[in-house]
Amino acid sequence: MSEPAVKNIEVATIGDDYATKYGFKDPEEYFLRAKKGIDHEVVEMISRLKNEPEWMRQFRHDALDIFLSKPMPKWGNTRLLNSIKFDDIYYYIKPLENQKRNWDDVPANIKNTFEKLGIPEAEQKFLAGVSAQYESEVVYHSFKEELKNQGIIFLDMDSGLREHSDIVRKYFATVIPAADNKFSALNSAVWSGGSFIYVPPGVDVKIPLQAYFRINAENMGQFERTLIIADKGSRVHYIEGCTAPIYTTDSLHSAVVELIALDGAYIRYTTIQNWSHNLFNLVTKRAVAHKNATVEWVDGNIGSKLTMKYPCVYLVGEGAKGEILSVAFAGDGQHQDAGAKVIHAAPNTSSRVTSKSISKAGGRASYRGLVKVHKNAVNSKVSVECDALLIDGASRTDTYPTMEIDADRVRIEHEARVSKVAEEQLFYLTSRGLTEDEARLMIVNGFIEPFTKELPMEYAVELNRLVQLEMEGSVG
Amino acid sequence: MHDSDLLFSMRDVHVEVEGKEVVKGVSLDIRRGEKHAIMGPNGSGKSSLANALAGHPAYSITSGTALIAGRDLLQMDATERSLAGLFLAFQYPLAIPGVTVANFLRAAVKARSNGDESVIKDFRKTIKANFKLLEIDDSFATRYLNEGFSGGEKKRLEILQMLMLKPLVAILDETDSGLDIDALKVVSKGINYSASSDNSILLVTHYQRILDYVRPNYVHVMMDGRFVRSGGPELALQLESEGYDRIREETAAKVEV
Repeated sequence: MSEPAVKNIEVATIGDDYATKYGFKDPEEYFLRAKKGIDHEVVEMISRLKNEPEWMRQFRHDALDIFLSKPMPKWGNTRLLNSIKFDDIYYYIKPLENQKRNWDDVPANIKNTFEKLGIPEAEQKFLAGVSAQYESEVVYHSFKEELKNQGIIFLDMDSGLREHSDIVRKYFATVIPAADNKFSALNSAVWSGGSFIYVPPGVDVKIPLQAYFRINAENMGQFERTLIIADKGSRVHYIEGCTAPIYTTDSLHSAVVELIALDGAYIRYTTIQNWSHNLFNLVTKRAVAHKNATVEWVDGNIGSKLTMKYPCVYLVGEGAKGEILSVAFAGDGQHQDAGAKVIHAAPNTSSRVTSKSISKAGGRASYRGLVKVHKNAVNSKVSVECDALLIDGASRTDTYPTMEIDADRVRIEHEARVSKVAEEQLFYLTSRGLTEDEARLMIVNGFIEPFTKELPMEYAVELNRLVQLEMEGSVG
Repeated sequence: MHDSDLLFSMRDVHVEVEGKEVVKGVSLDIRRGEKHAIMGPNGSGKSSLANALAGHPAYSITSGTALIAGRDLLQMDATERSLAGLFLAFQYPLAIPGVTVANFLRAAVKARSNGDESVIKDFRKTIKANFKLLEIDDSFATRYLNEGFSGGEKKRLEILQMLMLKPLVAILDETDSGLDIDALKVVSKGINYSASSDNSILLVTHYQRILDYVRPNYVHVMMDGRFVRSGGPELALQLESEGYDRIREETAAKVEV
């Protein structure tokens, strides 16, 4: 008998909550901090401090002008968006003078933070490389020597720019230009940290690379920038996780992630987002898939106050594939406005979008999606499936699907479902001795199983545990 | 003092669904090692009684008493009733997408293990043996609960649950319905295997057919929310040959007298 990879959560054995497990904070000690608020002076300081080439310095200043001139989006949760106090945010905090290659060199409080989050342990067990970002900078980075020897590059983005400026300049902001949206412009102006990955042709990175993003300071803005290039026929899986302490004031996380999968390459990008409930998570993620390349976004949104994020794949080469698999959990006071975008711009391309959302205790989950098939993208296949589960009557779900099909001979499947946890299902499970809470949790975990089964086992267990915490309503 | 051989006892139980009384006062004692059958035509209230006893929220027991092993069943919620030893094999088992048979059963077995680790340790062995008994493929373990199951597979899964959970009192609600003869034999084999001198079984059925394979000690005929006749296994055979109409006429006649 083959056992499923994912064990069901051992129910009711954990009384932990976000506050003790993730929401703790260190004293705010830092090497250097920009003043509050944003202007050209802050941008100049960041660029000078990083000793960047002139093109990047100019790129930042131009991006700031775009940010300042662009109005706030008039869609999504405009009430929450307009409540962001940009002047109260720190846009750059450098926690340490230098990045460390050894955990023993990382100051005790920061090291303890990452230990509590299980990063060094995961690194030893099943990762090929780890990047740990704290506030604006990657404070710890490691990468297995044998992978370096295969020509694989895995660095924080700043080091990437310094050491491989030719590759960076060639691809940086080509997938997401600064002017794409207000928050990509903001990121372009003040970006710091994130990952730079290049995988040479034909190289298969068999075990995942991971980055962990931690915000510690109050009123912090984190703006990491990630660029992954998988050269022809190569394969890579990148995983990111994120958490922050609980504050009464708001924090902002606004990342830009660009993926480039060249001919025949494969990139999977997995996110487990578990920000605290006082944080705005406004992220732009986009990939380009060339001929016969595959890009998969596996995107889990558990935390944050408001998330607006729509991972996108541009299928620009014939035979390219894109898949976006996402789960959003919206609890009390949360709005998860998540979704997917796929642009078919070449023949014989295929895409699959699977979106699962759970709303509980007044939380709101929205699916917002765009599938566009250009005129030349004949024989393309599109599949979109949105499933929403409502735990109670106070919660809310909406779907905003858009399809623009300009090509002939395109196969399209679209399904959207809203379901409630049925009394009959609860009775069936409780009649076998499970409590009502256990039964409800089992139904919810079953609902997101198509997502969890795609995660490495350790992350699947962690996700189930997070969902359990959310279902218990113990998250502050 | 409680008679320890009396596993199940109900007195004058009334059940309402959506404000309508569907069970109008039934009483029954089931002792250790006994098999009882409740037979009745559609709409006689037998499934309502089964669901109400298991604690289905849509069925309320408005008066009467019911005890399981001497404990007051009606003070318990569905979970507690299950843990006290009651089991209901559903007539229409529900699909729970994404929850595998193995994970579900492990949780259900663990819920009643009282911290006994050996139960969980033996889980795989036990489930495999029961698969064999019910002629179920091992791949069943990783399928999602009742999702895409055939009628026969659903009923086997119900009996599998009974075998894994080892109830004191198992109520089998129309477990024979929709089964072909081969499936009926397999399901009956499972029921007979589960039955022992320590537990008891209450079969709820429309047809006599399953009683050829699972022999009851007592048969109760239910009509219009009441038990109208009780007897030995021969009563089932009589029903089979004469149909419910004959008993209905007799009952009507009796009421007139």
